[in-house]
Amino acid sequence: MTDAARPVEQSVPAAAPASLRRIMVPIVVFAGLAIAPWIAQFGTESFILSLLTRVMVLGLAALSLDLLIGYAGLVSFGQAAFIGIGAYAVGILASHGINGIALQTAAALAASAIFAAITGAISLRTRGVYFIMITLAFGQMLFFLATSLAAYGGDDGMTLPSRSLFLGYDLLDSDRALYYVAFVTLGLVYLACRMLVASRFGRVLRGARQNPVRMQAIGFSPYRYQLVLYIIAGMIAALAGVLLANTSEFVSPATMSWQRSGDLIFMVVLGGMGSLHGAILGAIVFLLAEEVLAGFTEHWHIIFGPLLILCVLYIRGGITPLIERTRP
Amino acid sequence: MPLSLFLVQMLNGLQFGLILFLIAAGLTLVFGVMDFINLAHGVQYMVGAYLAAMFTALTGNFLFGLLLALPTALAFGLFLEVLIFRKLYERDHLDQVLATFGVIITLNEAVKILWGAAPLSVPVPEILSGSIPLIGGLRYPIYRIAIIVAGLAVGLLLYILVNRTKVGMLVRAGASNAPMVAALGVNIRLLFTFVFGFGAMLAGFAGAMVTPILSVEPGMGDNVLILAFVVIVIGGIGSVRGAFLAALLIGVVDTLGRFMAPMLLSAILDPSTASQTGRAIAPMLIYVLMAVTLCIRPAGLFPAKR
Amino acid sequence: MNETRSAPMTARMTGPLLVLDHLAKNYGALKVTDDVSLTVGATELHAIIGPNGAGKTTLIHQISGLAQPDSGRILFAGEDITPLTMAERAAEGLARSFQITSILPDFSVLENVALAVQGRSGSSFRFVRNASREEALNAPARVILNQFDLLPRADVPAGLLSYGEKRQLELAIALATRPRLLLLDEPLAGTSHEESARIIATLKGLKGTLGILLIEHDMDAVFQLADRISVLVYGRIIATGSADEVRNNPEVRSAYLGEEAA
Repeated sequence: MTDAARPVEQSVPAAAPASLRRIMVPIVVFAGLAIAPWIAQFGTESFILSLLTRVMVLGLAALSLDLLIGYAGLVSFGQAAFIGIGAYAVGILASHGINGIALQTAAALAASAIFAAITGAISLRTRGVYFIMITLAFGQMLFFLATSLAAYGGDDGMTLPSRSLFLGYDLLDSDRALYYVAFVTLGLVYLACRMLVASRFGRVLRGARQNPVRMQAIGFSPYRYQLVLYIIAGMIAALAGVLLANTSEFVSPATMSWQRSGDLIFMVVLGGMGSLHGAILGAIVFLLAEEVLAGFTEHWHIIFGPLLILCVLYIRGGITPLIERTRP
Repeated sequence: MPLSLFLVQMLNGLQFGLILFLIAAGLTLVFGVMDFINLAHGVQYMVGAYLAAMFTALTGNFLFGLLLALPTALAFGLFLEVLIFRKLYERDHLDQVLATFGVIITLNEAVKILWGAAPLSVPVPEILSGSIPLIGGLRYPIYRIAIIVAGLAVGLLLYILVNRTKVGMLVRAGASNAPMVAALGVNIRLLFTFVFGFGAMLAGFAGAMVTPILSVEPGMGDNVLILAFVVIVIGGIGSVRGAFLAALLIGVVDTLGRFMAPMLLSAILDPSTASQTGRAIAPMLIYVLMAVTLCIRPAGLFPAKR
Repeated sequence: MNETRSAPMTARMTGPLLVLDHLAKNYGALKVTDDVSLTVGATELHAIIGPNGAGKTTLIHQISGLAQPDSGRILFAGEDITPLTMAERAAEGLARSFQITSILPDFSVLENVALAVQGRSGSSFRFVRNASREEALNAPARVILNQFDLLPRADVPAGLLSYGEKRQLELAIALATRPRLLLLDEPLAGTSHEESARIIATLKGLKGTLGILLIEHDMDAVFQLADRISVLVYGRIIATGSADEVRNNPEVRSAYLGEEAA
């Protein structure tokens, strides 16, 4: 580490703090979320808890989308559909008296995997803009299917008879318990995704994002890997849907509106793509900003929309790189 | 099923398809020529509808309303292009999607503030009210026929414009190879602005035309936008001809599907199950159609590029 | 296909490694590949020369699977691989380099090669272990990097390499898939004198250990390296033979060398 050489200055001395910052961001985020309930008891506890639970749940969904956008370059505009699948798995089973979270989750994962396998197999045959529009269209297809399910509330959706049961106990009825279930789920999925993107599988996807032809020339067919990733991401979003249904105790087609898919993309981009914790950070900033603005005026969208546009035009790369300063 | 009922549904499908075409034509050209994915295109449709409703109320005459709405919609489209979209042409698709998504959020809220959240309605203009008889004693509203005629006229106009004029030649060349057109010394920026403004006006025209038959409300452009996407994906990005055929296909399939699915299912299911399943299946038909098209032709029916 | 092979005899294979059987491809009215038949022996270095626009790169694209021929067959180790995808052909042992450098710019030099090693070593549907720490992939990758004098640059992002180093890396990646046949599309294009000398030395070292189909404009390099040379003009092979045979072929002289002299 020479201190004289000017050109080296940028890369060498910054290297150690940058990597430190890189693990600092997720540590601070998770530590903050871990102690939040303790702080919440000094405020309007149930409001803060339910808001932060929602933040974590949508952070989980944004995390799944970051796998697709940030690591595989697949801009899916239909990720909310998978949240919907998870939420409706809870709602539909609950309305038939099946309240166990294990069974509901299993059904959500299976249904989302099947939907992802079918729609992914078709969507991934296309590239770029076609992929964006087709995932959007499949998302809408599911949305309209949900609105036509008269037995399950149709347009209006349905209120859950109760939160899911855990091995027959109503553990999740406590807001704090639900909070920590969401927290632990988010933490575990985050760690699993960290491993996934660094694994052989993840490396193939990261390579294919940079240069798909080169990947084929060394024997990889990106399609198979992308399809498996699409299924994994769909299942994670469905898991978020299961938690979301329990948080709001309400399921409706709005859960999977295309605006929600757009929100998720924004969270990922706002937080910084391809870092995983960036997506969580993006969800936190997004939902808190929404909450704050909604406190000022019922027409908060009129402020939020232009903010979104300005972010895209002027904050390139998102928040996380700003903190980490890894990129110029 | 009685033939006349079928005919009415076919006409409804045709009318719906032509409205979709008016929106999809601009979208596919903007997309094909500029490689710019504009989610806010549906907003132009909504703005056209609101402007028509406002000017009709002000002047007390739908025709005047329409005539005032068109240039205003055009001006508004160009305003957005200069203010925001221009900065996005060089960006990747992800940025384009997000920024135009922001435009949707903003404008949906803006119309809510300006005109209220409640739907507005516009009366059918007097000369075009009433209906004409079809076979079998059924009648069909004249106004819907007017939409069909107007849609076909615009389609013909577009065909002549794109295939028979110099600007049209540049647009077609731009859709198949934009860098080449720029290299030939054409002012591509001006061409972009022209195409964009024209597309915005067509969408605004579609919005204005539907005001007497649909309610004018915030967010009315969103679902239409997604259908327009389905249309241009099936038709092939950049192809006006593809957009025309695909729009009619989608319009007819969607309309007939909603009408016939419950009926066909009642042959094998009991009536209430049939109507419920039918209503669930019908809205999915066009997406299935899109999926099948893409399986066979991943670049759509009439790909403009290469 | 009754050409006589000048490649050394090999014990493990009876026929040639690669056979192009009446390959043809048109782009509209243009015949880019016009009834091309040729063979590459298991340890032969077969070079294709020809003027610009002769269809050399398109031919490599068809052999590697990036483009499909309109008619004709491609046999690899006796097996018809014409219907296989590029990835499947690569898995069979058919590697290629690209005329325009094709690397993974965000990955380190080591990861570029380790990923190619990963491509031929078992399943990549492994989700848990950190791939960049797998010695089973990194060790063979380092051996290859060493062979190409790139070991000191192992941790540098590939996008930051010099042009000559990128050309070297391009070859290293292709070789790391442990191919039986290497398709090289102008490996010397755009390199400096020292860089091309280094690459030629590398190719000399490789020669005899596997089949190589080489497209190259640098005549000196081709005449130094090739066991056999085919001359491609307007999509057709007008001559095949040893360096001397090709040099003295009157048709070649008029169609190709003559054209260059003029």
